[in-house]
Amino acid sequence: MSALTLPDLTRILAACAGEDEATDLAGDILDIPFADLGYDSLALLETAARVEQDFGIKLTDEAVATLETPRGFLTAADDALRQAA
Amino acid sequence: MTTAPAPAVTRTAVITGIGVAAPNGLGTEDWWAATLRGESGIRRVDTFDATGYPTALVGRVPGFEAADHLPGRLLPQTDRSTRLALAAADWALADAAADPAALPEYESGVVTSNATGGFEFTHREIRKLWTQGPQHVSVYESFAWFYAVNTGQISIRHGMRGAGGVLVSEQAGGLDALGHARRTLRRGSTFTVTGGVESSLDPWGLAAHISGGRLSHVDDPTRAYLPFDARASGHVPGEGGALLVLEDAEAAARRGAPRVYGELAGYAATFDPAPGTGRPPGLERAARLALADAGAEPTDVDAVFADGAGSPAPDDAEAAALAALFGPYGVPVTVPKTMTGRLAAGGPPLDVAAALLAIRDGVLPPTVHVERPAPGHRLDLVRDTPRELSVRTALVLARGHGGFNSAVVVRARRTP
Repeated sequence: MSALTLPDLTRILAACAGEDEATDLAGDILDIPFADLGYDSLALLETAARVEQDFGIKLTDEAVATLETPRGFLTAADDALRQAA
Repeated sequence: MTTAPAPAVTRTAVITGIGVAAPNGLGTEDWWAATLRGESGIRRVDTFDATGYPTALVGRVPGFEAADHLPGRLLPQTDRSTRLALAAADWALADAAADPAALPEYESGVVTSNATGGFEFTHREIRKLWTQGPQHVSVYESFAWFYAVNTGQISIRHGMRGAGGVLVSEQAGGLDALGHARRTLRRGSTFTVTGGVESSLDPWGLAAHISGGRLSHVDDPTRAYLPFDARASGHVPGEGGALLVLEDAEAAARRGAPRVYGELAGYAATFDPAPGTGRPPGLERAARLALADAGAEPTDVDAVFADGAGSPAPDDAEAAALAALFGPYGVPVTVPKTMTGRLAAGGPPLDVAAALLAIRDGVLPPTVHVERPAPGHRLDLVRDTPRELSVRTALVLARGHGGFNSAVVVRARRTP
């Protein structure tokens, strides 16, 4: 298991749920709500599943449902990593 | 005592936009030009190694790059069938010069038909399930496979949130969707996108078609699918279809729709009796009911776009129905499906598009490859080359496997 970084997250988001030509995922998106980035709850579930496969970090579906921003996602991933350690 | 239903408002439903993705042409005008040239899109499947398949002829839509037509966000969640449908819907809306954002959100709806769902997507995810485990299956499998997904995705993309639906009755569903879309107009909607687009030609999809037992095993693209021919041996499966903009005539005039292709004047559906009852199949009755619904007589019909199953028994049954309706050689009959294969629910809307363009251009598209019409059918089959003919009223027939029969009458718009 290793920590999840913003570039990891954006790469996985784009792979799992596609990339909108209108949104620059490489920009400062830490606090932009997922809804504004164009990612819905299914996109986040898909992303969380891939994060678990690639990083061994498990987020429950219930936890994923509360995530609102990339910063929130990374924080939740950090917490899960610490708890598992 | 029961309350009498409110009298149905008789609103005229007109087709104002056409979007086509077909094995012999992408986009309405390319497809129509190819169809009039008699160009077939049936060929050997080349997207996978079909060694070991008893038949590998398909009608595949050529040159469709989804990323050229759809936002990146939609690609991970859509099967090829839905990608084709979304593109065709865009084209139909553009053709109708309709801006969905300017339409009343809850008076605009989507009604499509689908018989096979998202095969290729599901094939990929099922493979992941059995080779990598359930955690690897895409969450989008939850709807990407689903018969209703084209209706849903088109509705979401264009904010068309009025009455919608999806009909599943195999090939006949393509006409049932149009009939239901007209029903939503009579219940208060003003604007619909309707029709059907399918795709199921991946290795699993083709295997499923083969197991259905109705495909031709003749290995020659010009000999495999020969409806009404003495050598009829089954059909070839294809992908694609058509989506139409069907709207209330007055609303279309109000918004300044640039053209009216024609009126959806009649629709009816019947179901075949159970085998062994001795009662006749329901296709003729569907046609009669659709004509009655249109206030038309058989003598008003200028052309028939036949179902064209491509197997001897259903071909005989359809020929008998046509003879009963119109008399021997009583009306020009054509099967442009001979250039695409049978597209499940995508086929009949494509026939409706062809009927509308026949009305527009005064020409009937041909039936290709049929060299030896079955003796006894006594059909005036439009063969090999288009036939110039003033078409004002056309009958489109469709049968869905399992007993579904549907008929649509389209008519040139009466000049006011």
